[in-house]
Amino acid sequence: MATKASRSAARLMMAPAVILLLGWMLVPLTMTVWFSFRTYLPLRGGDQGWTGFDNYVRFVTSSSFWPAVTTTLIILGSVLVITIVLGVLLAILLDQPMWGQGVVRILVIAPFFVMPTVSALVWKNIFMDPTNGLFSHLWRLFGAEPVSWLSDAAIPSIVMIVSWQWLPFATLILLTAIQSLDSEQLEAAEMDGASPLSRFAYITLPHLGRAITIVVLIQTIFLLAIFAEIFVTTGGAFGTRTLSYLIFQRVLESQNIGLGSAGGVYAIILANIVALFLMRIVGKNLDN
Amino acid sequence: MSFKSTLRAATALSLITASSAFADGHSATITIATVNNGDMIRMQGYTDQFTAESGIAVEWVTLEENVLRQRVTTDITTNGGQFDIMTIGMYETPIWGANEWLVPLDDLSAEYDAGDILPAMAGGLSHEGTLFAAPFYGESSMIMYRTDLMEAAGLEMPTAPSWAFIANAAREMTDRDADINGICLRGKAGWGEGGAFITAMSNSFGARWFDEEWNAQFDTREWSDTLNFFKNMMDDSGPAGYATNGFNENLSLFNQGKCGMWIDATVAASFVTGDDSTVADSVGFALAPDNGMGKRSNWLWAWALAIPAGTQQVDEAKTFIEWATGKGYIDLVAANEGWANVPPGARTSLYENPNYQAVPFAQMTLDSILSADPTDSTVDPSPYVGIQFAAIPEFAGIASEVSQEFSAAYAGQQTIDEALAKAQAITNEAMEAAGYR
Amino acid sequence: MARAVTTQRKAINTTFAWIIGLLIFFPILWTILTSFKTEAQAISDPPIFLFFDWTTENYSTVMERSNYGRFLWNSIIIAGGSTILGIMIAIPAAWSMAFVPSRRTKDILLWMLSTKMLPAVGVLYPIYLLFIQLGLLDNVYGLTFILMLINLPIIVWMLYTYFREIPAEILEAARMDGAGLKSEILYVLTPMAIPGIASTLLLNFILAWNEAFWTLNLTAAQAAPLTAFIASYSSPEGLFYAKLSAASTMAIAPILIMGWFSQKQLVRGLTFGAVK
Repeated sequence: MATKASRSAARLMMAPAVILLLGWMLVPLTMTVWFSFRTYLPLRGGDQGWTGFDNYVRFVTSSSFWPAVTTTLIILGSVLVITIVLGVLLAILLDQPMWGQGVVRILVIAPFFVMPTVSALVWKNIFMDPTNGLFSHLWRLFGAEPVSWLSDAAIPSIVMIVSWQWLPFATLILLTAIQSLDSEQLEAAEMDGASPLSRFAYITLPHLGRAITIVVLIQTIFLLAIFAEIFVTTGGAFGTRTLSYLIFQRVLESQNIGLGSAGGVYAIILANIVALFLMRIVGKNLDN
Repeated sequence: MSFKSTLRAATALSLITASSAFADGHSATITIATVNNGDMIRMQGYTDQFTAESGIAVEWVTLEENVLRQRVTTDITTNGGQFDIMTIGMYETPIWGANEWLVPLDDLSAEYDAGDILPAMAGGLSHEGTLFAAPFYGESSMIMYRTDLMEAAGLEMPTAPSWAFIANAAREMTDRDADINGICLRGKAGWGEGGAFITAMSNSFGARWFDEEWNAQFDTREWSDTLNFFKNMMDDSGPAGYATNGFNENLSLFNQGKCGMWIDATVAASFVTGDDSTVADSVGFALAPDNGMGKRSNWLWAWALAIPAGTQQVDEAKTFIEWATGKGYIDLVAANEGWANVPPGARTSLYENPNYQAVPFAQMTLDSILSADPTDSTVDPSPYVGIQFAAIPEFAGIASEVSQEFSAAYAGQQTIDEALAKAQAITNEAMEAAGYR
Repeated sequence: MARAVTTQRKAINTTFAWIIGLLIFFPILWTILTSFKTEAQAISDPPIFLFFDWTTENYSTVMERSNYGRFLWNSIIIAGGSTILGIMIAIPAAWSMAFVPSRRTKDILLWMLSTKMLPAVGVLYPIYLLFIQLGLLDNVYGLTFILMLINLPIIVWMLYTYFREIPAEILEAARMDGAGLKSEILYVLTPMAIPGIASTLLLNFILAWNEAFWTLNLTAAQAAPLTAFIASYSSPEGLFYAKLSAASTMAIAPILIMGWFSQKQLVRGLTFGAVK
């Protein structure tokens, strides 16, 4: 096992990464916390001094706060459920023998390479536009009234755009996991007369537990921060204002750095609650 | 990993420290942040001529309006010094000028003739009498309508119509089967989009944002009348999904022949009569409607070039501004692309030029601009300057959120009363946070 | 594969998978097709799928309007630089976590991941002010550094899970032969972990390429990458679908092509320790 020497060497080798990330966390965090206790209005002469917890109180008592938290969680939850359910199904399908598997895989992972801004712009204009969008053409072709996606179904539309971007990631991780599944176990079950559904429920799904956890963890980190998709499509209107978008409005649109910073601190707390919750599950799952 | 890439990364690392010296390497290059509107894109095309004349190279940072605002505001408030010229509007200029963040433009050359700038524009781009931004183009808003559809409906557009006439005409012109909407208006969230339109419209209904004690006024009859009138008219004769339509969406609808009328920026006149338009031959113009209360519903705006105080290249920046907003540039564009395509609404001399007077929308544009008075925009007295905005720093943030509530009401997700109640709360909350109340 | 698969079943699988694959890929395909249409055809109703007058006019318009080459070059430098730098810092850290674990290793790892949850908008002002002081605004190296920090947790995590799958006995054998720590990592571990490193490299290159908040807010003209390029094509005046499509295609094509060519490497290491 590790000697004392290698242990101190290990510490030394970890140091650059740890110190950099500590700096990355502490410097902006300290500044954010500092600003959050001050009346800082750049358009009104800048820093106007200490204000105690005023910003914190004002941020949570604002009528926009709880809807923003709810929206954040709804978008996060929906995208996770959609990408994981479809990801599992897609992974099982892609694991089956077929012609041109490589090409299909390329088609499926492609959305992951598209930058969020581009994907939001393309979906919003070329597909979801109620007059000239492709969907509106299709709807009219079948005699239906075109849907105004981004106003009448704003959250589902954003969930769909984001899911489209993240489905490839989930599928890839889940596919790797499925491929590592012992096929003999499945065959044995098949011979015992287990139906495909129960084979899936009792063998495949438990095997995927770990992979699903990873997908949830990584995606949550990225999904809590989605911004471009909302900025481009609805600008926070129609109930799509997430917590990070609310902070954006406070900091950049209202130019109230103190209030926005207080919001930032809340967002960090929310992220850490979600993280802690996730870490619990992940930690358990990763130990096995 | 190869040795080469290691080396490259190491070089990158060492350069991080040396970078401050690196950034100052260029002396005669100015960086300009601008919005991706057609006239600015056209100006970029002529940059080479400017560089050839002056020896000053130009770097363009062209961004979509919302991204641009976010970008330049961060830079100006932190004194970041990223840009030598910023493209800003009538809302930002007086506020930034008051904060001494902009270089005063009070020493422009005699040849430039600053006195030629339309007084309405110069007034809106000044703080306490000092010009802080030079208008590249200026605009008011007016009605653009389809003369053929108007005739088919058996109506005749007065030069100064009322809202009642417009609403009636819109219903008459609407033909859902032929995909023709009687009227296209902005419903998109954002203070510069639907927010600007509804605020300008509310002026003609006798509404105002604040009373003289800075109390929000969304609980008044006037506001409820404005929104109800707007929503009823748009539900009856507007395009599907109008709650997400802004200037660009409506322009594209109008150009495709899908709108009977469109009330929007006067600069759009050259687009709807231009090459991209399928209805260029049958467009008429009229003043924005009123309600018989003494105020019309047209706004006043200018996209202008300003020099942030943090720049090291004030003289070069001024040279560019004199070139881009001067008379010479107008002649240059006129010679190459015709008089209809010159940047409008900035200079008196343009409207005295017989060549330009022959352009069909010239007179109506001027009349609209002249009928807009930012210092007296509301029927009841108000404490703020501005027509489609209130020139206080907090307005952009408040109006963005308020217009989001309005858009949600247009889309039918909440009632107008709910939207107004929320708007009232949002505005009073923010004004309290800013220390007005 | 032990099970015999009937041709019929294979055919069904194939059809099904291709339909779904094409459905998922369709938005990208449609964007690419639209980029070759005229503005009028781009919005025509009913839509034209293939039989339109192919034109490259949109591409020349875009090339004329923006300095695409510089945006592209900045994207490559920033995404490539931040990834390589990140991997150089992460390899030793991941090594020590995987092979000399302590009680706190997992905590450190999870803490690292949690730094990624800092909402970017919330810290824009602090970072902007800091960058002014350091003179790093609109500077590719400053941006490279920021993106490296943002992706470092993911890099460490990926490498850690990958290293953990390498049997410790091999390293011990090398150590018995008298290999020092440096040569142990350089000559024994790294070659064995090439697939993992390659896939980490690719994934983080993609993430850095697509990052749109910092790259947009910390740059002006000199260091602006493709995310800023695309920001000048959203909703300009008039018809713009074809031009938007052309600009979009130009922004995503390099990474799409790279991704396709290297997808085997990407997939092989993209497990995050999911397979165990």
